[in-house]
Amino acid sequence: MISGILQFEFLQNAFLTGIIIGAIAPLVGVFVVVRRMSMISDALSHVALAGIAFSLLLQKSFLSMAGLNPLYMGMAFSVGGSLFIEKLRGVYKHYQELAIPIIMSGGMGLSVIFISIADGFNTDLFGYLFGSVSAVSRADLYVILAVGIVVVLTLTLLYKELFQLSFDEEHAKASGIPYKSIHFIFIVMVALVIAASMKIIGILLVSSLMTLPVAASLRFAKGFKQMIGFSILFGEVSVVVGLFLSYSLDLAPGGTIVIIAVLILILSILFDKWKNR
Amino acid sequence: MDNVGNPIVKIEDISYKYTKDLVLEHVSLEIPKGAFLAIVGPNGSGKSTLLKLLLGLFKLQKGNIEIFGEDIRRFKAWQRVGFVSQKANSFNSGFPATVFEVVQSGLTKKIGLFKFASKEDKRLVKNALESVDMLEYQNRNIGELSGGQQQRVFIARSLVSEPELMILDEPTVGVDSKNVHQFYEMLEMLNKKLGITLILVTHDVGTVTDKVTHVACLNKKLHFHGDACEYNELDEGELSSIYGHGVQFLHHDH
Repeated sequence: MISGILQFEFLQNAFLTGIIIGAIAPLVGVFVVVRRMSMISDALSHVALAGIAFSLLLQKSFLSMAGLNPLYMGMAFSVGGSLFIEKLRGVYKHYQELAIPIIMSGGMGLSVIFISIADGFNTDLFGYLFGSVSAVSRADLYVILAVGIVVVLTLTLLYKELFQLSFDEEHAKASGIPYKSIHFIFIVMVALVIAASMKIIGILLVSSLMTLPVAASLRFAKGFKQMIGFSILFGEVSVVVGLFLSYSLDLAPGGTIVIIAVLILILSILFDKWKNR
Repeated sequence: MDNVGNPIVKIEDISYKYTKDLVLEHVSLEIPKGAFLAIVGPNGSGKSTLLKLLLGLFKLQKGNIEIFGEDIRRFKAWQRVGFVSQKANSFNSGFPATVFEVVQSGLTKKIGLFKFASKEDKRLVKNALESVDMLEYQNRNIGELSGGQQQRVFIARSLVSEPELMILDEPTVGVDSKNVHQFYEMLEMLNKKLGITLILVTHDVGTVTDKVTHVACLNKKLHFHGDACEYNELDEGELSSIYGHGVQFLHHDH
């Protein structure tokens, strides 16, 4: 395996990408979970799928678009979806959670239409749905690295505002911080992380890397910073071990990564129970 | 009452409605610096609306509010105003934050965007925790504390930015009756020793009237505003006219 990583560029790309998303997905996920917005990542991943399907359709229909990286369109759709969710939450003030199924079904509907126009389900799309070790190009790696840097910098600089907003929204509003702008920036970060993670994890499983490591560390973390630390650690272990098993056993990486994350979650629940006996 | 001085909050003829009916009608009120004011009134009397207007969470529809001599619509120095809500009642006890982290979040506005907490800020957090007697709990998760302890932490979170005015929305909801008295004693200390002007919205009229300096009775309109002594002299008939139904006094032992 190690020699494989040294030898093959696609494996280097997969592992480096995995290490980046293993950190940024749980980092964003911590705020997503404590703000009770876990379902938002599912909705946005379905919108990202529409972007991918649209990009693949363009590639198939127009020769001049053959070089278009579907990652860009996935990101654009995902960010666009996040803006729509915010708009809908404003329209349905008393039923804000409605925004999520609306965007989710809208994204899925668009995806199905694009796939049917493209006349079929090709292997590229299958890789996007369930993740693929071989699908990450060097260009993808650079885009994902850039997303990773932007996300880490943004969340570090806005950490105290995001913490205040997550812990007590009413107090944050009363204290006079620009909560609307901060919330908006945060949602865009979530959309970017989802789009960046989908090549390795797969669109259908991307939200799990945002929530499972956080759910595991919630069982015993003392304080918020410790929870972030544990979440990133569990995210990294899931991705690295998952990719290793996926490559060795020729399994879809998204599935193996998620199963490792589920095992960590079960162990953390058992550990918590044992500790509190 | 020595430190009671110029108005820190000036409310002029405000009215407010959500749909058709007014919840506040022509309310005018001046709160002097150093006062400890209790705003009392029955459910639906507009107490919470008034409080949200004072915090700038609702936009004024009619009338004016001045805070520290400045129109609330232009007021930006919110770090001078502390806010304590009914958190002990509605708080998500599963939130993984330590007491220290929660209190430090009270400095967010003061520290400013894109900046990090300094050593001085951390010292302020410890001082605030010390003044509410909670320093020894600084590394505990907030959810592990009792309702009364949590509310002390939320007071510390407001104190940490060294506010001149503190607004409290029924802070004893969810605090067990044994600790309510201690809690009000702590508020009295903040008012007398640290000179913080306090506005307390409460149902707990019986307990607070020996601690506060002023009382305002609200039931859509302002029915009474004056010294706590004057309030204590009101008879049951006058109180009934304020509350709109029969009032019976329940005397506390403490």
